[in-house]
Amino acid sequence: MKLIARLTLQVCLLAAACFGAAPAPEAAQPGEELARMPDVSGRYGGHLTIGQRSEPKTLNPVTVTDAVSREVIGRLMGDLIEINRSSQQTEPALAKSWKISPDGRVFTLQLRKGIRFSDGQPFNADDVVFSFNVYMDEAVDSPQRDLLIINGKPIVVTKLDQYSVRFTLPRPYAAAERLFDGLAMLPKHLLEKPYREGHFAQAWSLNAQANEIAGLGPFRLKQYVPGQRIVVERNPYYWKVDHENQRLPYLDELVFLFVGTEDAQVMRFEAGETDIISRLSSENYNLLSREKSRAGSQLADMGPSLEYNFLLFNLNDLSGKKLEVVSGKQAWFRDLKFRQAISAAVDRDSIVRLVYGTRGAALWGNVGPGNKLWINQAIPHPSRSVETARQLLKSAGYSWNSAGQLVDSGGHSVEFSIITSSSNSQRVKMATLLQDDLSHLGMQVHLVPLEFRAMIDRIFQSFDYDAAIMGLGGGDADPNPEMNVWSATGTSHLWHLGETQPATAWERELDQLMQQQMVTLDYAKRKQLYDRAQQLIAENLPFIFLGTPNILAGANARVGNFHPAILDPYTLWNADELYVRGPAIERAGIR
Amino acid sequence: MGIKTTILLAALAFTHLILLFAGFFAPYDPTAQDRELPYAPPTHLHCRNASGFHLRPFVYAWTSPPAGAQPDDYQENYREDRSREFPLQFCVRGASYKVLGVFKTDVHLFGTTEPGKLSLLGTDSYGRDEFSRLLFGGQISVAAGIAATGIALLIGSIFGLIAGYYGGWTDESLMGVTELFLSLPWLYFLLGVRAFLPLHLSTVRTFFLLTGVIGLIGWARPARLVRGLVLSSRHRNYVLSARGFGGSDFYIVRRHILPEVAGVLLTQASLLIPRYIAAEVTLSFFGLGVNEPAPTWGNMLSTLQQYNVLVSYGWLLAPAAALIVTSVLYSSLADVIHRG
Repeated sequence: MKLIARLTLQVCLLAAACFGAAPAPEAAQPGEELARMPDVSGRYGGHLTIGQRSEPKTLNPVTVTDAVSREVIGRLMGDLIEINRSSQQTEPALAKSWKISPDGRVFTLQLRKGIRFSDGQPFNADDVVFSFNVYMDEAVDSPQRDLLIINGKPIVVTKLDQYSVRFTLPRPYAAAERLFDGLAMLPKHLLEKPYREGHFAQAWSLNAQANEIAGLGPFRLKQYVPGQRIVVERNPYYWKVDHENQRLPYLDELVFLFVGTEDAQVMRFEAGETDIISRLSSENYNLLSREKSRAGSQLADMGPSLEYNFLLFNLNDLSGKKLEVVSGKQAWFRDLKFRQAISAAVDRDSIVRLVYGTRGAALWGNVGPGNKLWINQAIPHPSRSVETARQLLKSAGYSWNSAGQLVDSGGHSVEFSIITSSSNSQRVKMATLLQDDLSHLGMQVHLVPLEFRAMIDRIFQSFDYDAAIMGLGGGDADPNPEMNVWSATGTSHLWHLGETQPATAWERELDQLMQQQMVTLDYAKRKQLYDRAQQLIAENLPFIFLGTPNILAGANARVGNFHPAILDPYTLWNADELYVRGPAIERAGIR
Repeated sequence: MGIKTTILLAALAFTHLILLFAGFFAPYDPTAQDRELPYAPPTHLHCRNASGFHLRPFVYAWTSPPAGAQPDDYQENYREDRSREFPLQFCVRGASYKVLGVFKTDVHLFGTTEPGKLSLLGTDSYGRDEFSRLLFGGQISVAAGIAATGIALLIGSIFGLIAGYYGGWTDESLMGVTELFLSLPWLYFLLGVRAFLPLHLSTVRTFFLLTGVIGLIGWARPARLVRGLVLSSRHRNYVLSARGFGGSDFYIVRRHILPEVAGVLLTQASLLIPRYIAAEVTLSFFGLGVNEPAPTWGNMLSTLQQYNVLVSYGWLLAPAAALIVTSVLYSSLADVIHRG
């Protein structure tokens, strides 16, 4: 009996710890410059549960590298200027306004006055300067550091007064205000000590106590249970208010449950144990939409994502590497007509139907139909033609032997392997379709699914592969994040890594275009440059673009203000506006 | 030989014959995709239509899916087109294949005329005939399972016999080796093996690699089992007396100890074969398995790791059913042999 009583008590305590009273929103203080969201309405109270594929690795916004951790950290932190995930445009956040000098190099930001961190301490220009110093410090080794070092020179951050900060860029930088999105403003009063003592990277690990962490996001850390969940509760000092001047967020708590795989996410969602699910595959989306018992859930197909999946040939410089077999095949891969033939033979419609269950789009270039601001509509979408492909191969000196196999002018039969990540079933499926498509050209293609890290090692380090199926993009709609793919020295210039200068004339032009667009401030002019870049890419096919999945998400019917976007974080970007539908929850002293 | 034994042996022979002559029994090429028919449910054989009963069964083709239909919503998409019947035919000509890897022919036991489709077990996500894949896949999987079990048991029993029979430091050092093998981090070993090998391996080489790797990983447990048995039988009176009569080690092991161990080895074999067939799924994940488009029960089952496939397309469980049937047959066989 005693044991039962104790267990019951423990369960009660646990429940109280999970869903106990969240702090009530603080009343607005005189002089506090809150951001009013005129279109937002909802009701206070309740919690929502989100299933995560794995456990976050850290709560440190500066050193974080994985998407799962970022999903949690993003709810705790605020940035100066935000990209509205729905409109894809920038909007004021912690900075209420900003001015850009005519030459595009100097940004002067006005901060909101009187707003406070989630621990109640005030936020001002010192925190901004401190945050940027941390981000740009080589010793901290933040993955975002590269963005802030332009042409090898750091951005100079100067405090003008308590609520205004000046950013001086070493040279003009297009859409520089987008840089501010995702750079969390850190509380100097909590983090200066670990930073000065040189162990910043260890700060804010998962073991940190809730009162050691403070941010400017809609939520603050409440509890972390290893292996099970992270609970975040309302930040009572959050700086956004709804149309009735009620302080956001509406939710008392957000619970991140660590469930494991995508399939586990789907099962938990089906069972009603989680409320929101994002990054759904089309199969699971269709499964959920078929599920009659859960007529109560809202599913959203947001249309094509910004990700592009492609076939990539190894055009790396292999001299000095003992990879004679691969370098022997590079003569084919370097031949534009060979790549064009493959592009012509790919059945993209089948990819969209069989891989994405029609919830996706075929691609002929790196910018897909989801990116309405930047897509070059003039890029042709030739339909699949094995005949055209054969003509192209014939004109490039290839022929077919008696067994129907394709042979090059030297009499070697065309045979190569495609590597892909074995854990990504969609890409494995694409590769299987591609293998069959190319067999119609007499090519013998072998499919080699590899463990993810083994594949990455071959593509980035050893260069020991013929061709690969991969995916890139998806971060932001702007061309700037694409710099590292298309500029010759970029770290994701996958087909030819480690180039010191462009290997071909078109690559040189592409390189120049990408550099130019980065310093061009006018949208129309920039679009012109990027259009030409897209055209060059589509004509020269360093990647053979295949397709892009739609962004698919779902939420329980009781979730209000559920507006998924095609930009990451797809469903939680407006976590401050989400609410639980149902009878109004009485709460005193809210206004 | 009892009636049960006869039935068992007949069933085993029948299963293996079908797998051996998969090309003849399978109506389609196991790698041929039909992109218009992904996840098609099993075709129904009909004997009755508006005009009454027919001795020769027939099938209906599928109607083309309604515009805008989701391809994986098979319940909506796949409706029988009753306007035309396609009779079941025997000894039809179809995709060419090789009998026992030697003779080329294109005669199949049964089939129907296009556009009728006779997919007894439905199709997979690429519209490939599941029944044909099951038969062709069984060829590789069953052979690999048996061969890997053979290797594991052979190495295991040699080490186990030596360790158990001689005892002392031989025993200790050999059992030390098995402990080492049991505790090795196989994940990294497999990654290493994969990195060491060329990217593409032919199916034949993959087959030897598979059996080799599984056998190498698997020998330690049977070795410990055998060692325990040998250790206990070593001191039996008949062994001691045989030794007293001056029997050589080899004679004693062969005459007195091996028969003691044989039963256990057979039971082990019947347990290991299905397990090793399934082990291929794991190895495929590291790029060490048989790759697309060649079918094996392992890679066919691996698609079932996806939840939506598992709950939506029941017919894709066919390789699991085949695996269960095979393992029941083998364990019954072990049982029969064990009881003499």
